[in-house]
Amino acid sequence: MSETITSKHVSFLEHKGKYKGLLGWILSTDHKRVGLLYLYTMLVFFSIAAILGLLMKIQLIAPGYTIMGPQTYNSMFTVHGIIMIFIIVVPGLPAVFGNFFLPIMIGAKDVAFPKLNLASWWIYIIGILVVLSSQFVGGWPDTGWTFYAPYSFRTPTNVLPALFGAFILGFSSILTGINFVVTIHRMRAPGMTWFRMPLFPWTLYATAWIQILATPVIGITLLLTVMERVLGVGVFDPTLGGDPILYQHLFWIYSHPAVYIMILPGMGAISEILPVFSRKRIYGYKAIVLSSLAIAFVGYFVWGHHMFTSGMSGRALYAFSFLTFIVAIPSAIKVFNWVATMHKGSLNFQTPFYWAVSFIFVFMIGGFSGLTLGSLATNVHVHDTHFVVAHFHFIVFGGTGYSFMAALHYWYPKMFGRMYDRGWANTGWAVFFGGFLTLYLPMFGLGMQGMPRRYYDYLPEFHTGNIISSLGAILMIVGAIIVIVNLVRSARYGEKTSEKNPWGGKTLEWETDTPPTLENWEDLPTVEERPYEYK
Amino acid sequence: MEKHEEHTSHVHRDDEGDKLGMWLFIFTELLLFGMLFLMYAVYRYKNPVAFQLGGEELDVFIGTFNTVILLISSATVAMSITAIQRGNKKQALILLGITLFIAVLFLVNKYFEWGAKIEYGFYPGSNLLHELGHGTTLFFGLYYVMSGIHALHILIGIGLFIYVVHQIRREKIHSTDYVWLENTGLYWHLVDLIWIFLFPLFYLIH
Repeated sequence: MSETITSKHVSFLEHKGKYKGLLGWILSTDHKRVGLLYLYTMLVFFSIAAILGLLMKIQLIAPGYTIMGPQTYNSMFTVHGIIMIFIIVVPGLPAVFGNFFLPIMIGAKDVAFPKLNLASWWIYIIGILVVLSSQFVGGWPDTGWTFYAPYSFRTPTNVLPALFGAFILGFSSILTGINFVVTIHRMRAPGMTWFRMPLFPWTLYATAWIQILATPVIGITLLLTVMERVLGVGVFDPTLGGDPILYQHLFWIYSHPAVYIMILPGMGAISEILPVFSRKRIYGYKAIVLSSLAIAFVGYFVWGHHMFTSGMSGRALYAFSFLTFIVAIPSAIKVFNWVATMHKGSLNFQTPFYWAVSFIFVFMIGGFSGLTLGSLATNVHVHDTHFVVAHFHFIVFGGTGYSFMAALHYWYPKMFGRMYDRGWANTGWAVFFGGFLTLYLPMFGLGMQGMPRRYYDYLPEFHTGNIISSLGAILMIVGAIIVIVNLVRSARYGEKTSEKNPWGGKTLEWETDTPPTLENWEDLPTVEERPYEYK
Repeated sequence: MEKHEEHTSHVHRDDEGDKLGMWLFIFTELLLFGMLFLMYAVYRYKNPVAFQLGGEELDVFIGTFNTVILLISSATVAMSITAIQRGNKKQALILLGITLFIAVLFLVNKYFEWGAKIEYGFYPGSNLLHELGHGTTLFFGLYYVMSGIHALHILIGIGLFIYVVHQIRREKIHSTDYVWLENTGLYWHLVDLIWIFLFPLFYLIH
């Protein structure tokens, strides 16, 4: 009996189950361990893809051949894109923080299907291995991460495993989405009504629906491209009567909603962090909830704005442009709510807060440049230039990346039972933020001047902007190294803490042990009021 | 350190949740096939004559036969669920056996149907299709892709049925815990439903 009592307070990190050591992790169905498995996997691949990005920026520091030729450069941006999109930002926050915190934040002991959850991670790993196998046989793929037809079945490089691997990764995403929807519907703690649910679970809910309803589209599209390449069925091949523009439609029917898969959970994490560090109730809780659902819904109908120059009817162009402007509104509502939450708050300047505020800053730049791209006339001017690259990185790296870092610094003590070095964390953030802006802001200018994307070379008049941008890349990588080394080191040597609520949060995860025990709760909590009720 | 006690006091069971999960999965399947139907619509609109001639090449008898037996198999699955609910294990196993037999029969028919088509030279990349032009190439491209992916689903269904039969024999699925059988049934109805659309689109519209 006495042993039972002690084991109840053993954290999930130290829990000894059926398997020991590494097996105790990779065969564990504990949602917290699965979340950390995703985190570690992403850390490894983020480092690889970030190095590829840095190499590209070094190549672009001067016109002509610097460290690589055109074919290598094409492979670099392809592999950088495939890893960053399909392995990092699409699973991103849901796979790591969703797995770890969704059950805790709604007062459950695990997700609805723990075995399926572990299976998702394994499918994810298998997908990664298949993608990576393209690197070792027959030359790196050089299509770009979008695999546009007809080049994706004409190129002699080994694009097949990349296509098939991305298809497999889609399954992992779908299964996670199904798991989260069922968990949220069926496993909320007593008293946790829909509108007492914290905002991070709400955004996970909206995201999970996109994962369920959009991912199959990319699945079948990639599968058809595989068949096109292997069998020549003809559906995308113009020489056999197929339509390559149809490929683009199908690809973006998934891949635009996928941008919201990337950003929505990030918005949720920011909505958790700001009230805690402002010591104020979130402004417009329901508006944030409804705007998340609105983004998920309207996000389905804007895919055409990726194809303004591909060939569409004029009427379709107007419709897609209009809808693109509509989808900006819910995002703007959120920014308004975040700023209003901070207004007259008692601000507590800590690392997660720095990341969260800088998130709003870069997200707004990314959002406004998105409107520039969404309006027809300017789109034709800056289409396929560095302007798009800058916009995309401000949203996906600035949006998802910053919110990921904010969330990681916010929940870190709860996850590991240790605290990172705050001084280094803040220094790392500052260097990273400075490097980020120096890297991507000049790209807007370069794009306006007309420098196309995806070329290893450029005209001499683009030299100044590229030098600044490349130096920014180096600075940003230094910042990223500081941040990551600090976090990795602190997981081992950081100051131990078992304080349940270091930041003074009001959501359920701050009521469990630090780090949580295997089943999170001895007795399920009862919820009596909305989250974020600071009085 | 010694092994910690596993807390098994609260074994989580939620049949409603399990069924909800299955329905969500069915949504993803509908979207997946939905995109294929979309492509069919686009290419049929662009090549009406070739699609009509392509449809006349297919064997309506085999198509009809497969439709009828697949519908019967959907009924036998539904009946096996009722049998399990009543606790009639033997009847449930017989009905699932019939379903399994029909699923295999469907694939056997498909094998002969495809074999005959390939023998005549109707397959992606063949010279015959090249001579017959774009529309026919697309028709047979879509025919093989769509009925092929459907056949893959039949194959997965066969795997599920074997698992369920095994679980019934081990008394893991019984009159008070049969959500696995119900979900397999749901999946099988989906496979059936998709065929109900594939059949007229390829075989009947002339």
